[in-house]
Amino acid sequence: MTKNNSVLSEEQTKVRRSRSIALAVTLGVLVLLFYVVTIVKLGPGVMDRPM
Amino acid sequence: MTMLEQTQALHEDGIDLGGRGSVSDYIALLKPRVMSLVVFTAAVGLVMAPGNQHPVLSFISILCIAIGGGASGALNMWWDADIDAIMSRTKKRPIPAGKITRKEAFAFGMVLSFGSVLTLGLVANWVAAGLLAFTIFFYVAIYTMWLKRNTPQNIVIGGAAGALPPMVGWAAVTGDVTLVSVALFMITFTWTPPHFWALALVKNGDYQEAGVPMLPVVAGETATRHQILLYSVLLLPVGMAPYFLGFASLFYGIGSAILGLMFLGHAVRVWKVREGEAAKKTAMSLFKFSLFYLMLIFAGLLAESMLGLV
Repeated sequence: MTKNNSVLSEEQTKVRRSRSIALAVTLGVLVLLFYVVTIVKLGPGVMDRPM
Repeated sequence: MTMLEQTQALHEDGIDLGGRGSVSDYIALLKPRVMSLVVFTAAVGLVMAPGNQHPVLSFISILCIAIGGGASGALNMWWDADIDAIMSRTKKRPIPAGKITRKEAFAFGMVLSFGSVLTLGLVANWVAAGLLAFTIFFYVAIYTMWLKRNTPQNIVIGGAAGALPPMVGWAAVTGDVTLVSVALFMITFTWTPPHFWALALVKNGDYQEAGVPMLPVVAGETATRHQILLYSVLLLPVGMAPYFLGFASLFYGIGSAILGLMFLGHAVRVWKVREGEAAKKTAMSLFKFSLFYLMLIFAGLLAESMLGLV
């Protein structure tokens, strides 16, 4: 960030973009991870609920 | 203007808005090399534990332990930024290098700590999660914030944090703490003092400059050599304990005895050679051998467990 916190240099924009991508990937992996854990822990029981 | 210059300019203004760290800087905050040791020893505890845990849950448990270990590394760098800037070994770390602010490192470490503990609790069980939380607390609050700058016994007591991962791995499967997991803990716990003091003998000047009361700085190099020898003698039976306690084969018993004697041999050389470059060289070779020792001991236990030799 620059002093007035408004204009980012090319390098700063680049690292911010790479951080954003890493955050997005991490969030995606977490969603997948919790989905898989739910299936593994509940097994077929995940579908066994009163409608 | 380079990033470092920008940081300095902002520091002069008394403001640091951060936001300069790249992904690799954040990964460096996790101390990846320490993390690899944590992953390895935790995996051994997890594989050796009796019980049938789904492989996916085992994988996620190890991941949580790794992230928890990394989080404590980030919190360690948050607290120790001032002394890291002085020591040659640590001055290129992200905070002293001006890439990540202390505030960012603290937030990163705390988010990962809570995230890893809660996820481990949900995925495995709350005994393992509690042990992981205790490991992080012990490393950050007891070792980093309290012992490190106050006592030459810092790494003896603080070593408990690095020794806990196999117990966490074991507990992730069984949900308890047993004699076997305590024996695994004891191996790394007894190994830590000679390992770090060998490095401290080489980097004595660094610690002195930073005011960290490592044993060679406070008690002198001769006393440190005595202590290294003492712990190396202790490590021999502790390394063989899995065989004596009946959860490793005779093959492991013989292997660990040979490795323990080799460790002791290195320690004796460190004790004998006390002057000049040769002294630093022998201390460094003990440091390197200690890494090899721990890896082989845990690899042996892992192999025996996987091959069903026990």
